[in-house]
Amino acid sequence: MDSINQWISSGGVADVLFYVFATLTILCAVLVIVNPFSRSPVTSAMFLVLTILSMSGLFVLLHAFFLAAVQIIVYAGAVLVLFVFVIMLLDLQEEERRRLKLFSAVTGLIAMVSIVSAFLKSLAAVKATADTPQIEGDTLSLGKLLFNHYTLPFEIVSVLLLVAMIGAILLSRKKLE
Amino acid sequence: MHVGLHEYLFVSIMLFCIGLLGVILRRNLLVIYMSLELMLNAANLALVTFSRFNNQLDGQVLVFFIITVAAAEVAVGLALIVALFRKRRSAHVEDLTSLKL
Repeated sequence: MDSINQWISSGGVADVLFYVFATLTILCAVLVIVNPFSRSPVTSAMFLVLTILSMSGLFVLLHAFFLAAVQIIVYAGAVLVLFVFVIMLLDLQEEERRRLKLFSAVTGLIAMVSIVSAFLKSLAAVKATADTPQIEGDTLSLGKLLFNHYTLPFEIVSVLLLVAMIGAILLSRKKLE
Repeated sequence: MHVGLHEYLFVSIMLFCIGLLGVILRRNLLVIYMSLELMLNAANLALVTFSRFNNQLDGQVLVFFIITVAAAEVAVGLALIVALFRKRRSAHVEDLTSLKL
């Protein structure tokens, strides 16, 4: 872990890796929503996997090692498998012949441009308080924080997962009353 | 030029807006759901970035919770989509207009 740390922190390599992962993330995210070759949800799901993998690379560059692992295990492992499973279950064949509406494309682009400009304007006011970032998001420190200061939210989230599980089972029964 | 806070936040902003565009543009319920995931991931990236450049680990704990809630949301949402598809034989938002007057 230390050698990886050292290698990542050594200036130029991290910058190059950032640009590689950032380009990959944005490119794959664009291909999730507007793919010129295929309108099938399966290709969208596959590009979503690529987006999430390159994003966990960004997490590693930010020294959030535990979250990078969780991102791959939970998103790429569980959520995307669920997506692909549901796509298989639904058998969507009439997907190809529907076309994008011009009106929604224009309004969507207007909304996107206005939100990007608002965000970019506020970005100028953001400043980092730490000159030399030195926190490490490894399992030990994150676990200590989670079980010391965030015990109640942790328990509430576990109840939420239980409720979601019961809800999903109830909703996917054969007969819905 | 050294990569800092602003570069990461720019990636996060672009990711969020791509997700928003997907929600507006696409008509397939599943792809809309994937775009929602993109937007949640953009928020995660911004939180991890702020956590890194402010020397506070709390942001990463919040990301942990967001990932958990997103997993729960996907489970319930996909169960709803499957139930809806069973009743209406369609996963397109244009076919789901029975609430329209």
